[in-house]
Amino acid sequence: MFDSANIKKDFPIFENYKRENGASLSYLDSAASSQTPKQVVEAMDDYYFKYRSNIHRSLYKIGEKATGKYEEARDAVARVINALPEEIVFTGGATASSNMLVYALEKELDLKEGDEIVTTVAEHHSNLVPLQELARRAKLSLKHIGMDKNSRLDVDSLPKIITPKTKIVSVTLASNVTGEIIDARRVADLAHKAGALVILDATKAVGHTTVDAKALDCDFLFFSGHKMLGPTGIGVLYGKRELLEKMEPSFFGGGMIESADLKEARFLPLPSRFEPGTPNIAGAIGLAEAARYIEKIGLSEIKKHSEKLVSYAIEKLSVIPGIRILCEREPARNIGIVSFVINGVHPHDAAEILSREHVAIRGGHHCAMPFMKELGVTSVNRASFYIYNDEGDIDALAEGIKKAKLVFSS
Amino acid sequence: MNSEELYKQNIIDHYKNPRNKREIKDNAFHGSGINASCGDKIDFYVKIAKDAVQDASFTGEGCAISQAAASMLTEKAIGKSLAELRSLSPGDIYTMLGVKISPGRANCALLAYQALSKALAAIK
Repeated sequence: MFDSANIKKDFPIFENYKRENGASLSYLDSAASSQTPKQVVEAMDDYYFKYRSNIHRSLYKIGEKATGKYEEARDAVARVINALPEEIVFTGGATASSNMLVYALEKELDLKEGDEIVTTVAEHHSNLVPLQELARRAKLSLKHIGMDKNSRLDVDSLPKIITPKTKIVSVTLASNVTGEIIDARRVADLAHKAGALVILDATKAVGHTTVDAKALDCDFLFFSGHKMLGPTGIGVLYGKRELLEKMEPSFFGGGMIESADLKEARFLPLPSRFEPGTPNIAGAIGLAEAARYIEKIGLSEIKKHSEKLVSYAIEKLSVIPGIRILCEREPARNIGIVSFVINGVHPHDAAEILSREHVAIRGGHHCAMPFMKELGVTSVNRASFYIYNDEGDIDALAEGIKKAKLVFSS
Repeated sequence: MNSEELYKQNIIDHYKNPRNKREIKDNAFHGSGINASCGDKIDFYVKIAKDAVQDASFTGEGCAISQAAASMLTEKAIGKSLAELRSLSPGDIYTMLGVKISPGRANCALLAYQALSKALAAIK
């Protein structure tokens, strides 16, 4: 039985905030970074206090244990997205995954001037800008899926956008601004029909809804740990085994080398060949614990809870005069985000006034400046939900918005 | 600090009724500043005659803090000598606003100042 009050007890930040501030924290910014349950921190503490050492090639007890735990972490994370362990590359986060992948593809694909990359107008800068840079370097044309009349990404337009010259189709699985979950399988099918590779930015989706890499049939997928209860500084790049196996790494160093001489090196098999240097061992162990924590609650339960909160928030905010809601309104198609603008109150001012009311939301462009332009705004307020949120947080948000409006009504 | 202290009446007043919010088209020096966290942009214009600020103005949208700071800065700039204008520091902007600015809002408070600094850099 899903119980957010019970779940909240696993997150010490809420008690600590109350002790320091004399009020409860309504944390509505999990789309920027989620909170961390104590189980995750304890798993990382265990590594640091009981068996801290480098992985691979350590021939002593604690080193073997660290290696074992690191590889177990890969198994746990692979399960979350229904992948094989060797298809999971640990990285520094979604941004590191995205950049590393683009460099690897630049070497792998025989890109010619005029070839195309297709993405969407709703991308986070971490997906968009590496593609822009690739397009600039290789003289490719970067094309975008736009919005339909319902402010959704117009996946139906894809057959008209893709051409035989399209080599990569890279889209977000769920928007970090509108919360819209796109029909990624359809994107993959259309892209594959044209012979293009498919990349999914699943940063907003993993840990919030079921993300099945096999069912989605994407070629690559990436996400961060810190938006799914894990620590910062760890992320994942998934790639289909048959693709990763033939690709050359884009970063080089120790830990990935099978043998080397003064002139050249040969690389280890997957996934080590894509993990040069000492990785974020504690981060991987923490992320795995987060994955287990999520697995225990169940992703369908988590999604159901966020749908309930999305409905409730839309209902509560809609009745406040002067509010324009910009999110996906169908809860089943929303990852857990309600964005809005308040007439006459800039998002920075709204976020600051709400902060005084102990409500944490984000006001800004959410690293999606081109998407803001599409939506006809410079910045928006964003409330995002996760397992520790409840209706009380949304009530506090609605009250805070009313206060913000009052400050500016004078 | 409660909301009322930051959003003092004069801040709200400058936000709602910004002074000198217009473009100066003739012979003005211009600079722009962008707040990287929200995408707000302010353009600042100064018109110099005999080494003194004859006119100052701004355009652009933004939050109450950045708009009020821009509006107040135009009033402060007009009549100043070029040397006085160049000697303005971020501290002067905070004093001018007269409210405590948290680190998260520093970019908002200093957006117009950044734009002015760019305009000044163009003046020989």
